[in-house]
Amino acid sequence: MNSLISKAFSAARAENRPALLTYTVAGDNTKKKSLEILKSISNYADICELGFPHNTPIADGGQIQTSAYRAIKNGIKINDVFSIVKNFKKLKKNKPIILMGYYNMIYQYNENKFLEKCKKSKVDGLIVVDLPYPENKNFASKCKKRRINFIQLVSPTTSKIRLKKIIKDSHDMIYYISMLSTTGGKLKVSPKKILEKYNKIKKQNKSKNVVIGFGITEKTIKSLKNADGLVVGSSICKEISKSIEKRQNAVTNVTNIVRRLKNKIL
Amino acid sequence: MRLKKKIPLIDQHDNNGFWGGKFGGSFIPETLKKPVEDLTNEFSKLRNNKNFIKKRDYYFKNYIGSPTSFVKLENLSNHLGGAQIWAKIVSEANGGAHKIYNATVHALICKAMGKKYIVGDTGAGYAGKMLSMAAKKFGLKCKIFMGAKDIKRQKPNCDAMRKNGAEIIPVYSGSQTLVDAVSECMRYWVSNCDTTHMCVGSTVGPNIFVKICGWSTAQISRELKIQIKQEFKKIPKKIKLINCVGGGSSAYGFWSEFIDFNKSQIELVGVEAGGPKKSKLHAAPLSRNAKIGILHGAASYVCQNNEGQINDTESISAGLDYPGVSPIHCFLKDAKRARYTYATDEDALKAHVMVTKFEKLNPSLEPSHAFAEAIKIAPKLSKDTIIIVNSCGDAKKDRDILRERLGKN
Repeated sequence: MNSLISKAFSAARAENRPALLTYTVAGDNTKKKSLEILKSISNYADICELGFPHNTPIADGGQIQTSAYRAIKNGIKINDVFSIVKNFKKLKKNKPIILMGYYNMIYQYNENKFLEKCKKSKVDGLIVVDLPYPENKNFASKCKKRRINFIQLVSPTTSKIRLKKIIKDSHDMIYYISMLSTTGGKLKVSPKKILEKYNKIKKQNKSKNVVIGFGITEKTIKSLKNADGLVVGSSICKEISKSIEKRQNAVTNVTNIVRRLKNKIL
Repeated sequence: MRLKKKIPLIDQHDNNGFWGGKFGGSFIPETLKKPVEDLTNEFSKLRNNKNFIKKRDYYFKNYIGSPTSFVKLENLSNHLGGAQIWAKIVSEANGGAHKIYNATVHALICKAMGKKYIVGDTGAGYAGKMLSMAAKKFGLKCKIFMGAKDIKRQKPNCDAMRKNGAEIIPVYSGSQTLVDAVSECMRYWVSNCDTTHMCVGSTVGPNIFVKICGWSTAQISRELKIQIKQEFKKIPKKIKLINCVGGGSSAYGFWSEFIDFNKSQIELVGVEAGGPKKSKLHAAPLSRNAKIGILHGAASYVCQNNEGQINDTESISAGLDYPGVSPIHCFLKDAKRARYTYATDEDALKAHVMVTKFEKLNPSLEPSHAFAEAIKIAPKLSKDTIIIVNSCGDAKKDRDILRERLGKN
């Protein structure tokens, strides 16, 4: 049986467009609000990434850090993250959810217990920022056994040999980091160059779904629409911050952004 | 967990970079895999390259000023009674602390790799100051990441960094101390690793940084071993090597040559920052039984909550104010080779006052933690016990804190 993640890519491909992936932080700015945001943006997003926030994130830029600190300050716990997913899935059982975060949170929760909990709350995939290949081999195979997609990351610095090995070990989806940057950086590489590297990854195994993330905004998304999928995170987190600051409805504002992003790649 | 003999501790890790099978490793984002691998290869070449070693020794001698002196603290010993207290005055090194060893080696590696930019983190400001000095010496452009809280409390070192032409990047996230400075520095490296070399200021971070730093500070114990033999003809029967531990770079450097000795002959004592007496916060993951966690790319004992969020720490000493600790110290703890304890802010201040009263020595707040332990145990020990404290930093940088806490100029 195909995973929900694979199906989401197939559906987008049938419409001749990339899949749209959103990233929001669980509990930003409250548990309830983040669930509302997730429900609302999932009308436009094909796959939803949900961050479980960590207070020492070594690969996130300012926007996502702000969201993460806000969520932690408002008391988000790992179990709340799972209950957000569970509640979301009650309403949208076919929308894939990918949890994303740092390894210490999983390590403290206990790997097996964490994965069981993922399974129970119907998490479809996992991205662990600081657990690279080959250190992630054992964990990735534990995921596979439970039919949870472990999503490997690939970056512009990934060597050819390494790329081959990573792709061979990957599941349904691969995440290509567009440039040397933390999340939310300004796109400093031309879309043409990014797509060149993207095509090299694709060439290795056409059946893998490769998404591009980092530096993708309303301005840049159109230029990369030939990819299998595109991830937008910091722009969304920034909108949440702005809405809070201006005392506006974050759900409406964020949904509007995601709708506009989707329209640009149709 | 067992230590091997005749192999430097920094090399006693497995293929995945773990000491004792569980401490260390390289928990890094994919983007850093390649630069870390390049650095690992370069370092393993350089450390076996005779010319590079010659260069290192040349700068250690002529630039840093090796060897630093080894002296008996007669007055303090007489005052306390009991064991003899000696000190290795590492603060005589150029710049005033042991951080110059690691900074110099990183600058040399950066040059060897053909990179023109170097970045580093700093807590007390010593790692930053030394890196700015080394960068200036070797013609490198330098950025230092420092918590906004530390910038305020360690002004003299900030002035020095700026004077050396380094740019200080204030870090406002989280607790605005060393932990956030290291995170921000790593984030900067993620974005600029193609042109920039990163120096981690202590024996923490991904495996390779632990190794480079330990390899650099090991100079301290190479000197000390010779000095002990000169002073006592042979290695005495009862020695205690007392060192403060934040990240643990000076302690490793102070101990590395003596790890193979039996602990009944040479005891290794690490003193962490216990924080203010009345506070629940501290920076003592080893001695106050923190759980293993992953911080800044390595597994070690880390002050954290049940969820894995890193705890705030508190210490009068910015250089020890860090929630994690070197994986090699975790290894030494679990192998029961070293003993770890802590001193509170108040203990450290008292020790500083006592040492400066009796001796012509001005230890910074970091080694004052080590002196606090020496002062505590010396009276109970026999006259033939030799306590050696690593006085690894000078208190000039602590001017403002000391004035505030002691009303002293």
